[in-house]
Amino acid sequence: MAARAIWKASICFGAVDVPVKLYSAVQDRAVHFRLLDAKRHEPVKQHMVDSDTGTVVAPADIRRAYPTAEGDMVILGEEDLAGVVPEPSREIQVTRFVPPEEITHQWYDRPYFLGPDAQDEAYFALAAALRKRNVEGVARWTMRSKQYVGALRAEGDYLMLITLRHAGEVVPASALPAPTGRALDDREIAMAKQLVKAMEDPFDITQYHDEYRERVVELMEARAAGKVVKFPRAAIRKTDVSLADVLEQSLAATGETGKERKRA
Amino acid sequence: MPDNDAFDAEQEPVTRSFWSGTITFGLVSIPVALYAANRSNRVSLRMVSPQGTPLNRRYFTTRDDRELDADEIVRGYEIEKDRFVIADDDELERLAPERTRDIDLRQFVKVDEIDPMYFERAYYLTPAGQSTKAYRLLAQVMEETGRAGIATFVMRAREYLVAIMAENGILRAETLRFADELRTPETVGLPEPAEPSAAAVRTMDREIGKRLDDALDPRELEDDSAERLLKVVRAKERSGEGVVHVEERESDGESDIIDLMEILKRRLQGEQEEAAGTAADSSDEDDAPRPARKTAAKQATARKPAAKKTGATTATAKKTASTSATAKKTASKRTASKTVTSKKTASKTASKKPTAKKPASKRTASKRAA
Repeated sequence: MAARAIWKASICFGAVDVPVKLYSAVQDRAVHFRLLDAKRHEPVKQHMVDSDTGTVVAPADIRRAYPTAEGDMVILGEEDLAGVVPEPSREIQVTRFVPPEEITHQWYDRPYFLGPDAQDEAYFALAAALRKRNVEGVARWTMRSKQYVGALRAEGDYLMLITLRHAGEVVPASALPAPTGRALDDREIAMAKQLVKAMEDPFDITQYHDEYRERVVELMEARAAGKVVKFPRAAIRKTDVSLADVLEQSLAATGETGKERKRA
Repeated sequence: MPDNDAFDAEQEPVTRSFWSGTITFGLVSIPVALYAANRSNRVSLRMVSPQGTPLNRRYFTTRDDRELDADEIVRGYEIEKDRFVIADDDELERLAPERTRDIDLRQFVKVDEIDPMYFERAYYLTPAGQSTKAYRLLAQVMEETGRAGIATFVMRAREYLVAIMAENGILRAETLRFADELRTPETVGLPEPAEPSAAAVRTMDREIGKRLDDALDPRELEDDSAERLLKVVRAKERSGEGVVHVEERESDGESDIIDLMEILKRRLQGEQEEAAGTAADSSDEDDAPRPARKTAAKQATARKPAAKKTGATTATAKKTASTSATAKKTASKRTASKTVTSKKTASKTASKKPTAKKPASKRTASKRAA
């Protein structure tokens, strides 16, 4: 079941112009609920109502306003908003190529697969060149009246575009003070490192599953079939002793199962 | 991403911790509070009437257009067209075994082994216990070794896969998408890779070579549209055209966002959030019987950007741990439908929506910890 392209554009830099189709790389797996009228179990409708009078405001009469710090509302007309919308374009402009580590995790927002659009060779050549150089392109584009910045990268043989958050949307760790306290004990640091090492494995995301989501669906289906559902009992939590002791016990615990673990 | 109007977000306050719990590292427990590390920079607009009065979202019956209070609304899971199973918040809550509510670091991996496409959102973890020692120990060790701790945990009726990382002595939780939330080139239906000619790769390589840089220019990450909109707003403010004074001033999150950095600084330096019964709680409206109006409106706003925040919907579910005090009407409608349960959790439901990424209950947390 192939995904539908959500947009078409061209990757442009210098003499390069590679036509591509954009596909969301994320698929929604969330369990969705509908809001229902509790009496009749019918889906509800929504309206916007005036917070003073409580009367329903028709969609055509809804305005957008900017709330100021002083408590004023600056009402924006259509022409005000239209002036702000960026010019539509079909170009994904790559401004520069940087080492992948320059674009850190906190910037990543949403991934999109790019597929070739008629010119397969140019597409796969660009992916191959990015992979070989081990760089990512910094891309800018306007899609559906919104401006995006993204990282253009090779994902295997294919191209991927990951949208990045805007500058003001990320609180950088470098701007924050680290918690302070008495100096850490060398022995504790050594044991903690050992523990990290004992628990180290190559990352394989497929071993993690959203079990809770599966349980929710199960519960709903069981309910639908009129079955009785049992719930697991909550476990009891232990209290802590000294940090060094706990680290030691932790290490001992991993030692027992350590044989199955791969060494780092 | 192109899911809603760029400026149409009604903000969630982000300065309050919306979860507090425990990281477990081996047998070591590290109490932490969770704060969003991402904030919305977009200039957020409100929906108002032609006179400038703020609008709220309300729910009405489909049949006769009667307005519903929050406690007259329940959530249903659609098992087939127009046939629903009522989702009971208490039950959903109990689906998560106690242990799954800890961030239990099960595995450590090299940070750069995690594919960027998995990263979803970032949260700062601030120390919440009496001592910061275990917190600092874990941060230092992970930072020095370049490792991230991987865990899954359940928060507000949603399971999260997180990579706990350390930077600058501070722990951060990056939520990751589960593998089945991502498509692959095969499932997208991309064509089989064709081997490009060496000449074509060389041409690309040459063009890339001309634009190499060693760093990201932060100016490239600026949000120009937001800036342009602000300019329009300032001009209108000066002229006074279209400016309405509104009496009621809701805390719509704007000032909260400005304060986020300040709050994080205080928490990281050991200042704890105020005790229960203060702001965080009152906004929670957990067991308040009738905060229906306002909360219903909030819920709606969380729903709007649905494409992006799929979590929000499911998140609604939870949060009932703290609600057990409220009356659960064993309603008379058992007969209404075979698939419908009798408990009534509407007021919860409606008030819960924003919790997905928002505040939350100390009460829930403390209850779990108990």
